[in-house]
Amino acid sequence: MVLELRIETTVNGGRRVVEDVWEGESLLHVLRERFGLYGSKNACEQGECGSCSVYLDGALVCACLVLGGQANGRSVVTVEGLDGDRVQQSFVEAGAVQCGFCTPGLVVATHDLLHRVPHPTEEQIREALAGNVCRCTGYAKIIDAVNLAARR
Amino acid sequence: MKVGESVRRPDGQAKVHGSFVYSSDLHVDGMLWGATVRSPHPHARILSIEAAAARAMPGVHAVLTHADVPGEKLYGLEIADQPVLAIDEVNYWGEAVALVAADHPEQARRAAAAVKVEYEVLPPVTRAEDGRVLRHVKIRHGDQSAHAEVVVRGDYEIGMQDQAPLGPESGLAIPDGAGGVDLHIATQWLHVDQQQLASILALPREKVRLTMAGIGGAFGSREDLSMQAHACLLAIRTGSPVKIAYSRPESFVGHVHRHPGTLVYEHGADRDGKLVYVKARILLDGGAYASSSTAVIANATCFSCGPYLMPNATIDGIVVYTNNPPCGAMRGFGSVQNCYAHEAQMDKLAAALGMDPVELRIKNALKTGDRLITGQIIDGPVPVAELLRRVRAFPEPAGDGLMPGGYSNTTHGEGVKRGVGYAAGFKNIGYSEGFDDYSTARVRLFVHEGRPRVEVHSAAAEVGQGVVMVQAQIAGSVLGVNDVVVLNADTGVGSAGSSSASRQTYITGGAVQAAAEAVRARVIELGESELGGELPVGNEAALATLLGDAVIEETREFRPRATHHLDPETGQSDAHMQFAFAAHRAIVDVDTELGLVKVVELTTAQDVGKAINPLAVEGQLEGGAAQGLGLAVMEEIQLKDGVIRNASFTDYLLPTMLDMPPVKMDILELGDPNSPYGLKGVGEPPTISSGPAIVAAIRAATGREIDRVPVRPHDLTL
Repeated sequence: MVLELRIETTVNGGRRVVEDVWEGESLLHVLRERFGLYGSKNACEQGECGSCSVYLDGALVCACLVLGGQANGRSVVTVEGLDGDRVQQSFVEAGAVQCGFCTPGLVVATHDLLHRVPHPTEEQIREALAGNVCRCTGYAKIIDAVNLAARR
Repeated sequence: MKVGESVRRPDGQAKVHGSFVYSSDLHVDGMLWGATVRSPHPHARILSIEAAAARAMPGVHAVLTHADVPGEKLYGLEIADQPVLAIDEVNYWGEAVALVAADHPEQARRAAAAVKVEYEVLPPVTRAEDGRVLRHVKIRHGDQSAHAEVVVRGDYEIGMQDQAPLGPESGLAIPDGAGGVDLHIATQWLHVDQQQLASILALPREKVRLTMAGIGGAFGSREDLSMQAHACLLAIRTGSPVKIAYSRPESFVGHVHRHPGTLVYEHGADRDGKLVYVKARILLDGGAYASSSTAVIANATCFSCGPYLMPNATIDGIVVYTNNPPCGAMRGFGSVQNCYAHEAQMDKLAAALGMDPVELRIKNALKTGDRLITGQIIDGPVPVAELLRRVRAFPEPAGDGLMPGGYSNTTHGEGVKRGVGYAAGFKNIGYSEGFDDYSTARVRLFVHEGRPRVEVHSAAAEVGQGVVMVQAQIAGSVLGVNDVVVLNADTGVGSAGSSSASRQTYITGGAVQAAAEAVRARVIELGESELGGELPVGNEAALATLLGDAVIEETREFRPRATHHLDPETGQSDAHMQFAFAAHRAIVDVDTELGLVKVVELTTAQDVGKAINPLAVEGQLEGGAAQGLGLAVMEEIQLKDGVIRNASFTDYLLPTMLDMPPVKMDILELGDPNSPYGLKGVGEPPTISSGPAIVAAIRAATGREIDRVPVRPHDLTL
């Protein structure tokens, strides 16, 4: 643990500074363990499941694949700071939430999809959210939730 | 807040906003991080463990081995055979050998890597055929020398599936300063964890208190202990809170898997297609430790013939110890493996008879009053034929969706063939074989801010299925109150049993109903004169006035009807409490040149008895089918000489939104005369017959005799 970093970043609109970060810590670890923002989830930590989806300077990324140091001087938006009420309420109403571990990532990814494509077709939804694994729902209710949010 | 409504999840808001606290989110100031030293060999003798170097590393507070386990050094759900930490040998790849606690998780990982364990490597037993028998269940039903005019045989192989809950094993143990410990944990059964931990830690049960932390899915993977004892040992030793959170690769060795198996079947029928006999040998690989293998093999054997009337049966179900990773509970619990075999056999038999495969199934479908191969007379609605007719009646979709290979554009239709397949399955609900199945619920009624409020407290694990809202709906229905709060589960109330065997809505639902009815009786007593014995249902103001400052609280245990042990020689017994049935139709497109499968649509019909929460029931039918699809065409833990080769989500493939088709469904509510509200367990049947229907459809598309799942591209091309 020789090299330790200082990270100064904007998270959900607020300035955050953290010292003594081990260089190997992912953005996901920094968000969760340094900033106490546990909404981004740690399901695979390999970029396969999308549970840690956040915005980094407006781009949808897996926080587990970004080093904490890379967020220095940049802006991060997590599920906790998302302007995503219509997506979030649609997930609850459509029954798209079971255990919910995939939900924050799906909420952020859906928010991103609807920003790019306000009225996606089912195929567009399936392609856009194929990087978000859900083990509980079989996805049908998630597609319902996206359609419900798109109509709002 | 009533039974039968699609009430929204009380935890939904926290889950969509990222504020729901899962076990891996737990943290307190000054907590340490635990890490686990694991065996790099599937079988080896431990010659020495050298921990001094690890202990001297920066930030390290403790390094523990089996010598530091104060109580019982072995644990297990059915048989205590698994070491808390390996003692003198390791029996599977990834077995826990030592523990480290450090300030930072990376310090803990590095210190774990610095613990020097000297091994003498031993040859591993990795083929089930070479394994030591753990349990052999025999069914000898009817004429043991029955003959038939038409006979079909098959050998089937099932790969090892992982539950892959998205939330990795994790928890936080906090020492209480008085020798005891509080464990915040994601588990399927708090009280069985508590019982095992008290024994391991050599503490009275009341000094090991468990509180449920948020659970990121379970599907059977959280029935056994994983890091529970390890975190408690480190916390008690260091005097500090200790968190352990597995990574995904560690999770693959941190919990049991679905048993892989080989199944050899012979079916005999008469020329009209009436089943005459089955002879079958089911061999499941239990891996290094028993876990719930003894119960899984009982299920695999008892339900080996599927939901069909079978007058004569000779079944041997055997589960063995090997040096492969331990196997245990996963959704479907033994009835998944055998369904692949009996449904393939039904299709083979239909082909041999020149019959329609659905007609053959309908002709032999179990009915109310029929005798199972275990001798039990099956009561209540048994709509097997009806379920098959219903899935067949759905219109078939047009072929305008994505091709196999999807957006990779590997085909524009050349070489693509469509197939349709059917399957039916069944299993037991609740515990079997005489196990004392019960749950406990406490219901409290009082006035809160001028309105009546009901609090429900049980230890039922909310694994995502929605048992929190089911409890609220039942208590709300009985008491006619809308403000129902379900308290977090903990060991401060009696056992609820596990969230497994599709039992929790039935058993804990039954306990909540009983406790709420007891509260209702006391309310009626209270208001006898004013209300004429009637609870003011729907009139919350009147109820609030009646209650005043009173707090009415009742606790009840609920038990379903008893079950009995299987006869060891014949397997005859009333061993099961309730049975649930489902049928599936699958439509697939197969690229026969590349061996790629696109499941176009799944159709299912299931009798749920009574849908307590229809939206949640649909979610179970869809999600369960997705796990069935996974085993059919993509999910397999790949083992080589006892070593897992794909312990990550990069290499262990899970169905995504592009793999999982729409599920059309017909939900029947036929009402079981024995259960609360007539409900049946819902969670597992969708995972049983979905996969076999997909494989049947692939066979129909390709004409190939597929005898192994998951079906791989080379099974369809080479």
